Amino acid sequence: MNDDTCLALYARRRRFNRLAMTLSCGATLAGMVALVWILATLFARGAAGVSLDVFTQMTPPPGSSGGLLNAMFGSLVQTLIATLIGTPVGILAGTYMAEYGRNTKLTSVVRFINDVLLSAPSIVVGLFVYEIMVQPMHHFSAWAGCVALSILVLPVVVRTTEDMLLLVPDSLREAASALGAPRWMVIQQVCYRAARAGLITGILLAIARVSGETAPLLFTSLNNQFWSTDMNAPMANLPVVIFQFALSPYEDWQQLAWTGALLITLTVLMLNIFARTLARPRSSH
Amino acid sequence: MNTAVAASPSPTLTRNALLESLSRILTRSAAILVLIMLGGVILSLIDGSLPAFKSFGFAFFHTESWNPVTEKFGAAAPIYGTLVTSLIAMLIGFPLSIGIAVFITELCPTKLKQPIATAIELLAGIPSIIYGIWGLFVLAPLLQKYVQPLLIATFEDVPGLSSLFAGPPYGIGVLTAGLILSIMVLPFITSITRDVFETVPPMLKESAYGLGCTTWEVVRYIVLPYTRTGVIGGVMLGLGRALGETMAVTFVIGNAHRISHSLLAPGTTISASIANEFTEADGALYTSSLIALGLILFIITFIVLGGARLLLLRMKRADGRS
Repeated sequence: MNDDTCLALYARRRRFNRLAMTLSCGATLAGMVALVWILATLFARGAAGVSLDVFTQMTPPPGSSGGLLNAMFGSLVQTLIATLIGTPVGILAGTYMAEYGRNTKLTSVVRFINDVLLSAPSIVVGLFVYEIMVQPMHHFSAWAGCVALSILVLPVVVRTTEDMLLLVPDSLREAASALGAPRWMVIQQVCYRAARAGLITGILLAIARVSGETAPLLFTSLNNQFWSTDMNAPMANLPVVIFQFALSPYEDWQQLAWTGALLITLTVLMLNIFARTLARPRSSH
Repeated sequence: MNTAVAASPSPTLTRNALLESLSRILTRSAAILVLIMLGGVILSLIDGSLPAFKSFGFAFFHTESWNPVTEKFGAAAPIYGTLVTSLIAMLIGFPLSIGIAVFITELCPTKLKQPIATAIELLAGIPSIIYGIWGLFVLAPLLQKYVQPLLIATFEDVPGLSSLFAGPPYGIGVLTAGLILSIMVLPFITSITRDVFETVPPMLKESAYGLGCTTWEVVRYIVLPYTRTGVIGGVMLGLGRALGETMAVTFVIGNAHRISHSLLAPGTTISASIANEFTEADGALYTSSLIALGLILFIITFIVLGGARLLLLRMKRADGRS
């Protein structure tokens, strides 16, 4: 090869590299633009409808003004109960996987299944709960919604609990055992304490995940236009109200949908960011 | 410990032994509950979909008609819609994710690394209904006004492609749903790809740089071959998400039970059909057909997600971390 072709090859490689790197920067830019665009739209259209009424009034019939109080209450109650059901089971299962059953066959099977359930379509969970609760009881109920959400809470908590307990150094466990503490006490007094921030992160992430879920609630807790605290009756919830109102032709309903969307996104993102800052000192190494 | 104590253990020791076995049993049953739940989901879906499979048989999979009045149901249109929207999402989302992962691992100044990675991951935190409402009110009108007419005009005379981009620009439809999905899978693929990119030994990359490779050549010939299994795993994870995504798609797909050649036409997916019709389904056969759709979706996503996890597990093992 003479010098000219060498230089030409060199120039071509450099050009190609520059092109590839520009595309890579472009991809990152596209991702950031998508995020900013969605958030900006939410603020622009949602903030216009934020008023005291939103927090004090019930969902209105079309054509009159109202708020989202019953939907917010419903979402809060159902998310809370779902977390209360899903978290203890998840922490126990995660504890088994990290403490008692480490390296057993059962643990690796459960881990695999749990990882699949983690990203399984949430609408299928809704169908499942419809089959086991709504159909036998012959009516939609808030309980069914809670159970559906708790099934979504479970895999998130199992996953983070196992991960976080595995980060606890074994020397801590050995030290506690050497003092004569039985295993359950070691787990409770040493492992849980050392992993506390991580466990809370997992619960927060789980709450963030379910508080925006719509699909599993569509045919479990359904929706309710009125104030209801009856757990055996259909109950309103923010995501389903947004779904219904956004697809309606009425402008005031659409405005409420945007406002609800803004509230829900702010809640979820804040939970996400809070969970991350809590987890950072432990997981970054 | 003397023999007397061993012979009659103190009450504290007995209590501890009791609590110990209790805690072992409790945690173990919680772990088994996860397995039972998966079994329960599959069994209940099979149970619910039996009437549909009994009356339609294998034809359920390739019948296009979906008629609640005559009670003739077929899953071809929703299955087709699910696959096509996910394919579009992958075609757009995969190169973008790789680009972002390359940017974060190779180009980005260290200070900006964490903020950019977090920002991309926040995309995963946004509830899917938000993507739906944004897609319907912001993206779809934009596509209808500018992008779709351009696509139709450009490909009008290209054989093969002209039927893909035919028909009036509705704004909503298969292409719009695929676009939204491509944004939604971005954080999942990016975070996995970034993780596996960071497992490449610096020595390997530095040797390549030392030989005079450009950044692109290092990525193409060192990083990607080294992390191939992990990257495929990440893509399949994203695919699993795209296949099962419900609310965002329901908003923008148009819910039309037909297979159309044009990507601009409205269609439907499995999850969108269930979300739209389940509460209104009257008649046992209608409900059962929708549950059968759910079963098909669950099986497809289970295979895809399971495959993804196996690949990632293999990658992790090769890396010596587990």
